[in-house]
Amino acid sequence: MNSRAKSVSLTRAIASVFAKELRVEFRSFELLTSTIVFALIVVFVFSFAFNPSAADSRRFGAGFLWIALLFASSLMLQPSFTRERANDSLAALVLAPIDPFAIIAGKLFANFFFLILVELILLPAFSVLYNVPLLGIIGPLAGVMLLGTFGIATVGTVFAAIASQARMRELLLPLLLLPALVPLLIASVGATMGLLSDSRELPSAWVAVMVCFDIMFFTAAWLFGGYLLEE
Amino acid sequence: MASRIRESIFGQALASVSVSVLIGFAIYGALIWAPTEKTMGFLQRIFYFHAASGEVMILAFCAAFIGNVGYLIRRKIEWDWLAISSVEVGLIFNTISLVTGPIWAKPAWGIWWDWGDARLTSTFVLWVLYIGYVILRRMIENPERRAVVSSVFGVFAFLDVPLVYFSIWWWRTQHPPPLITKPGGLAPDMLKVFFFTMAALTALMAIFIRQRYKLEAVRHTVAEMQIEADYRNEGGAK
Amino acid sequence: MSASASTTAAESGLAISFTDVEKRYGSHVALRRLSLKIAPGEFVALVGANGSGKTTLLRMAALLSRPTSGKVEFQNAVPTSDALTPAEIKLRIGMVGHFTMLYDELSAEENLRFFASLYGLNNPHKIAAESLIPAGLSARAKDLVRTFSRGMRQRLAIARALLANPSILLFDEPAAGLDREGASWLAQTLSALRKSGATVIMSSHGQSEALTLATRAIAMRGGTLIEDSGPNGNARAIIEREAAPIVGIWDGAQ
Repeated sequence: MNSRAKSVSLTRAIASVFAKELRVEFRSFELLTSTIVFALIVVFVFSFAFNPSAADSRRFGAGFLWIALLFASSLMLQPSFTRERANDSLAALVLAPIDPFAIIAGKLFANFFFLILVELILLPAFSVLYNVPLLGIIGPLAGVMLLGTFGIATVGTVFAAIASQARMRELLLPLLLLPALVPLLIASVGATMGLLSDSRELPSAWVAVMVCFDIMFFTAAWLFGGYLLEE
Repeated sequence: MASRIRESIFGQALASVSVSVLIGFAIYGALIWAPTEKTMGFLQRIFYFHAASGEVMILAFCAAFIGNVGYLIRRKIEWDWLAISSVEVGLIFNTISLVTGPIWAKPAWGIWWDWGDARLTSTFVLWVLYIGYVILRRMIENPERRAVVSSVFGVFAFLDVPLVYFSIWWWRTQHPPPLITKPGGLAPDMLKVFFFTMAALTALMAIFIRQRYKLEAVRHTVAEMQIEADYRNEGGAK
Repeated sequence: MSASASTTAAESGLAISFTDVEKRYGSHVALRRLSLKIAPGEFVALVGANGSGKTTLLRMAALLSRPTSGKVEFQNAVPTSDALTPAEIKLRIGMVGHFTMLYDELSAEENLRFFASLYGLNNPHKIAAESLIPAGLSARAKDLVRTFSRGMRQRLAIARALLANPSILLFDEPAAGLDREGASWLAQTLSALRKSGATVIMSSHGQSEALTLATRAIAMRGGTLIEDSGPNGNARAIIEREAAPIVGIWDGAQ
């Protein structure tokens, strides 16, 4: 064993944690399948509850879509830290000579990636069930989805780390997360609604709010997230 | 020791009496001295306490944010006491503002609640966020962990405040609210009463935070004494 | 474990010092005003009942746990003016805890490869494969850890701790879950580490083969040190008095 240990760069450490998260999840697909099914159920339930016409769908569809995603993600984000508790593997991550933020960020990007996978299934289903054609706006819609999802993953991952240290954590995460995501929800719904309207216009104010949200909270996660991993 | 206690009791009594007098004047100003608003009538007078509570709430949450960041940087538990004291006091004013809001909105706008009003709706979102802060703290037993975890949450909650406000404000501009009239500027006498009420409530906030902080300090001392007593009882202090 | 590693372990040794360290979990005091210095190359046996503070002490030395008050410091064998960063300290620490610290959903090899990448080791594939040989797990390299027996998991956990040739080893009840064969493998591994000049701090509430290697014994009770043999004292006497004589209680557990 001639190779000596050395500190790795932040990006490499993030990439390692990210790859590990994907590998663990893709072994069982437990989290992804449950989340996708849950998100689809929420979309179904909305259509039963509101029985929307095509015109209604274009007005309220954006809201249904984002609420479904928000609920689904508050469930999906839960295990990202609790899963590490079973064998105390989180301690092994903290023991490693890496910036603690790499652990948060690796999980954050993994959650972002998982949520994008969920959306890849949810969006076509939504389009068919609510008679909302999405193909014509696929480019800007993808941008809105990416920005919104990144915000959910950022705050969600940090809050999952917060909730994992408390009692009744399953209840606590949605309770803390949903109010904090209110501005992002308003902006995402606003932007998506603009795209679904007749003019198919992307409201730039909402995009600006989403960009602000993402940058602010990613920076906050970078500055303060590491504290959550101490004992 | 005894003289210090006497001094602090005297100081507290003096502070409490002066704040009570201030609040008394504020109530007199709002209910009697200020002119009655023409269209909204007597009920408009609740506006002074409604709006001032909203402003004082923001001040208290600012103090909480300072406590949160201070704790994370300095790691002295006193910063955490400042944070929880300020959040709890902020929540009192937040609740006052939320309850008086609809009472004022009915005569002013003709409806109890307008989701498009950025101030009122952000106040509601803040209330939910900071209730979350209090609940989170109750779910963590270890004071050190509690301080760290809730401080990080507190920072996130506070950063959310401007985003909540602006997103609701923009949202409003897209959905014209169903209200009839929004009140214009206040008459000079009304403005005077408003500022006086705000000053009185700010003093009240300061005295509440101070008392709550002291309570936390006393609890800490008691816990320390308990630990020390347990240790002695176990025969550890040989 | 090889010749090149043996020199580096001694050279990169760190002295650990605890000064007035106190750790509380609410009203529970896990460590009480504890002061302790451990020089590079010492093999310390931490003995005492469950709940005496051994685990907290080890987790604090691993920089996992932060003292409520007091200081935990690390100094180079050859003192340098620059303070060590947490990452520099962590590079030289290997830890085995109460839990395996492994991912059950990953194979033995994947676990080691992942941790090797976090320690910046070149060629993680090769290192993972090589580390499985002494642990006797090469044949099961591709199997998920979930399918492993308790003893195999513990051997893998020890292999994980040794991945980066650490010069400080913090072993919390490492013999737990090991059968007789595993226990003597552990003792051999620790003996090689001691020869290489690594610092070992090992906790145990019962007697075990590995404890006989100790050059210093520290007995703990209620979060304080009740007895310390010092580097040249009679470690054996303390171990025999304080560690429960339950040799073989883990035998046949798997």
